[in-house]
Order: sequence, then C-alpha cells, then structure tokens
Amino acid sequence: MEFFPASFSIFYQFGNAFAFLVISCAGLAVIFGMMGIINLAHGEFIMCGAYVTASTARAGLPLPLAILCGTLTAALVGMVLERTIIRHLYHRPLDSIIATWGISLIATQAVLILLGPTMSGTGTPLGSMEVGERSYSIYRLALFASAVGLLGGLYLLFYRTRFGVIARATIQRPEMARALGVDTRRVYGLTFGLGAGLAGLAGGLYAPTMTMVPTMGATFIVESFVTVVVGGADIFVGAAPAAAILAVIKAALTAWYGQLFGQIGLLVAVIVVIRVMPGGLSAFIKRWQR
Amino acid sequence: MNPIELPDASKAPARRGLKLWLSRLEGPQTMGRGPVFWAVVVLAVLAAVSYPAFANDYVVGNAAYFFVWTFMAMGLGVVWGYCGALSFGQTAFFGLAGYAYGVITINIGSAFGATWLALLLAVALGGVFALLIGYFMFYGRIKGVFVGIVTLSVTLVLETFMAQTAGPQWRIGDARLNGFNGMSGMPPLTVPWPGGDIMLYSGTALYYVLLGMVVLCYLGLRVLLNAPFGNVLVAIRENPERAEMLGYDIRLYQMLAFGLGGALAGLSGALYTAWGQYITPSSMGLTAAALPIVWVAVGGRRDITATLLGCLLVIAGFQSLTIYGSQYALVVMGALLVFTVLVTPDGLVFTAINRMGRLFKRVRR
Repeated sequence: MEFFPASFSIFYQFGNAFAFLVISCAGLAVIFGMMGIINLAHGEFIMCGAYVTASTARAGLPLPLAILCGTLTAALVGMVLERTIIRHLYHRPLDSIIATWGISLIATQAVLILLGPTMSGTGTPLGSMEVGERSYSIYRLALFASAVGLLGGLYLLFYRTRFGVIARATIQRPEMARALGVDTRRVYGLTFGLGAGLAGLAGGLYAPTMTMVPTMGATFIVESFVTVVVGGADIFVGAAPAAAILAVIKAALTAWYGQLFGQIGLLVAVIVVIRVMPGGLSAFIKRWQR
Repeated sequence: MNPIELPDASKAPARRGLKLWLSRLEGPQTMGRGPVFWAVVVLAVLAAVSYPAFANDYVVGNAAYFFVWTFMAMGLGVVWGYCGALSFGQTAFFGLAGYAYGVITINIGSAFGATWLALLLAVALGGVFALLIGYFMFYGRIKGVFVGIVTLSVTLVLETFMAQTAGPQWRIGDARLNGFNGMSGMPPLTVPWPGGDIMLYSGTALYYVLLGMVVLCYLGLRVLLNAPFGNVLVAIRENPERAEMLGYDIRLYQMLAFGLGGALAGLSGALYTAWGQYITPSSMGLTAAALPIVWVAVGGRRDITATLLGCLLVIAGFQSLTIYGSQYALVVMGALLVFTVLVTPDGLVFTAINRMGRLFKRVRR
C-alpha cells in the first residue's frame, strides 16, 4: 500500500471516532461541567434530535435545516424539563441523576408506544470518494469537520460572548454572580437548554447514518459518559483532549480486533484513568499548568 | 428516629458472643425495635409461610420470583442508602453470576448438590468482580455521580459483550453462550436426597427455600448494619472527610460494602438463572439496570426494611401493570421515579412507615 492512502485510512478511522466522541459528549459535558449534573436522559435528547431531523428531512426540508429543527426541538424540550423538574434538584446531584433516568425511561417507552419500534430514516448524503483502493464516505469527513467546528463554536460562545462570561461567573461563584445581579436560575435554564440542544445536534448529525429506533440513544451514552469521565469538568482542556486520546485507542482497537474490543478498550481506559488521575484530564492538566 | 444518632454506650449492658450479635438485630441504623415490631415481623413471616396453603401453584411460583430480586435490592440499599455510593451497575454482577451459574452447572451437572456449589461460586464471582471494580473506583477516590457512570458503563459493555457471543466458538466447556438469544438448559437448584434428588423448579418448595434465604439475609444485614461496620458506612455517607479524620480507611470500607452489594446482586442473578433456567444479555441492559434503582428509590434507601418492602411492592405493581404491556409499565415506573425524587426523596415506603410510627407514638401518649 502506498503511503498516502494508508495514512489517509488511519486519519479517517481516527477522525470518525473523534467526531463521534466529541459530538456525542458535547451536550453532556456542557451540562456536567457547568452545573455538576449528569444528565442520564442525554441519549433521549439525542434520539429526539434524530427523530425530528429524520422526519423533517423526509418531509422535504434540506438536511442542514432539518438538523437545525432537531437541535431546536431538543433544546426546547430540555428547557421545559429544566423548568419543571431539574430546577428543584440542583442541591441534590444524585437525585438529579435518578430523575433524569426516570425521564429517560418515560421518553424511550413513550416513543416506542407512540411511534412504534422503528422509523424510516434518511439516506446518508454526499456520497463517497476514492482514495487509493478504498472508498470513504464524505459525510463522515463532514462530521469530523463539524466536530472541530463545534468545539470552536463552543469556545467562542463561552470565552468571547456576554452569555459565556455570565455563565462562567455563575458556575464559579453562584452567590457572587447573584449579588452582581445575574439571574442565575435563568443562566442554569439556558445552559441546560444548550446542553440538550447539543445532544439534539448530535442526533441530527448522526440521524442519516443510523437506524431510527427508540433505544438509539443508548448507542451514544457509553461513549459520551466515558469521554466526560476521562475529561473531567472542563470541556476544552478535558473533554476535547480526552476525545482525541480515546479516539486513538478506539480506532486502533476497532481496526485490529473489531467494534466490541474498541468499546471494551474505552472502558478499561476509563477505569485506569480514574485510578491514575482522579478528577480527569482537566484536573490533571490544570495542576500541571500551575 | 434519627438515623445518625449514636448508640449510648454507657447504658448498654456489656454483651459478648452470640448475645452481642443478637442484640444488634435492632439498633440506630435500622428502623423498628421492641416487641411490637418483632411481633409484626413474626406475623409477616408466618403469613408468608402459610401463604402457599391458600394460593395456587402459579401464584406461589410468582411470589418466589419476587423474592429472587430482593437480594439485589437489599445489596443496592447497602451500597447506595447506607454507604452513599450510587451504583447503576448492579445488573453487571447480576448477569455475571447468572451466566456463571449456568456455565458451571451445565459443565458439572446437578448431582450431589453441585448446583449449590455453583450458586456459591457464582455469588463469589459477583462479589470478587465488584471488589475489583470497587478497588479501582474507591482507591481512585472517585465519588458521587462518577461511581454511577462507571458502573453503568460496566454493565452496558458487559451486555454488548455477551450479545455478540453467538458463534459456536463462544463456549466454555459444554456451555454455549448463544449471544443475544441467551443461555438455557441449565438445571435448577437441586437438593440431594436419598431416593431421588429434589429439583427445585418454580413452585412451593422453591418458594420456601427462597423465603428462608430472604429472612436470613434481612436479619443478617440488620446485624451487620448495626455492627461497627454499618456505623462506619453511615459515617462515610454523612461526611467522608470526618470519617477519614476519625481514622477509618474509607476506601476500604466503601470497597467492602460495594463487594457485598455485588455479591448480593450475584445471588439474585444466580437464583434468577436457577429459577427460570434461562439468562440473556438484556438482563444487563439499560432498562434492566434501571429497575433496581426504581425499587430502592421508591421503597426508601435509608433503611433495609423499607428497601425490602418497597422492592416487593414495586415488583408486584410492575407485574400487574405488565398485563397492559411492559412499555406502559416502564412509563409508570419512570413517572414513579420522578415523582418519588421530587415529592418524597426518602422513598415512599420509608416516609409512610415513619409517619405511621409517629402517629402510633402520639396515640400511645
């Protein structure tokens, strides 16, 4: 095999895994990093985004607009749930996990009852391209680009906008932010909505590549949890590098031993990481910077 | 009743040996004390013992099925309610022990009480696996929500792993793992008996065996939780730093409690396999993992009695709803979970018992 096709193949495998990890964990990481809440209904927000995307795309909307619809719907649902349920549980993080799990059970089963065991999706767009002897899906490359764009966009949002400053202030010192006139409840609500919207975006982006079943959220959650645990509380110095490292592990193991060993490798990685550096990568990197 | 009140050492008479352990049947960490409470317990056990006389075989077998799950619920009650580590992955130990029971019994058969050896080995395997996971988690000092995520990931990955073991190369001895379809054909628990072994298929005999195990396990846990070990667990739940400053190695205690929870979940798993002669990967899936949480949260995690009663109540309710379709039952379970967390965070049964206890006291005055 020539050098370029071989290295492209490796890059493609890595990019595929990296995009999946970043896109699926972004919403979870935002909600966890900003509010300390693990949202077990994360997979169901992804499912919601995917379902809305697929059905609007089949109704004739162009895919990017359909994905936007999915994102906004998930964000809206997230904000409603925050207002009605999550808001009462901020001082009890363990209970908030349980409540979100309850929501996830309700959502999965309700979709199963209302929409049936599967829904027809949309085909993968953009076709494929040939490099060397193999063909690669262009949409997968677009997903990698979206993952990088997503990280950039979130960075701009949290470090270059007024909302970002207020949100970070609320996270670091909620009492102080409140004393300075910030409506912290609204910030929490918006942040939860943002996290839910990002989950919806993940669903929308992956909708064309998956089968639409009510339990499709479950395919995302192990990977996204593992990334968030390895990354720690900060999405930029934690989740993003964690996704890169885990993507290498996953891509390598998947290429050599198959999909299952990729997943088991992730699990072993997370168990070793929590033993070696509790607090995740972000705590480790921050301590090292000092 | 205040769950963290300390026993008054000056008033307690000095006791030794068996008497000391029996005295720990009641104590600060468990609800219920005095003759009235124990009279109710004895009445409940007697009612359970005489139950098969009034009900048909199917209903009795069904009740035995309820008992199978209580061990996992009580184990989760210890880990989550008493030790404060919320584990989402008890089903990992459940499934592992269930498969272990199947593999062992298919290979060594059921003669000479070998099924009981298999049960013991399966439980031990669940416990050891939990100790291993617990070692990495608690010695890595992860806590709070991360314990939940790691345990959940473990059980989901185990499910994925077992689901792909369909091919003929996935066999341990004579036992085919059979992938997503699950394993079957293992013998039920068998009591060696002169003149023919007694096979404990679902029915009255199995009901009595399980009832005995539930009562023993419940009383044993009461003793353990009121012993110094249980007091340290509660101290860790209330304030890990303080417990550590008092000189306890909290990592060790958490790991041991987690191992105990894993062994109890394993007991449920092995008994489940023996009960139905059947186990599938979906017993470790997301929905299966949610159910123990529902039982314990709804019953009340802060007290072993509430956990046991809540578990039986919720399973019975769940089963009667399943007649209308299991997806409806799961929606109700989810709603019940959200409702419990929002309205009675200590659990429905726990709150109800507490209210009744207070009412009872007021009437007596």
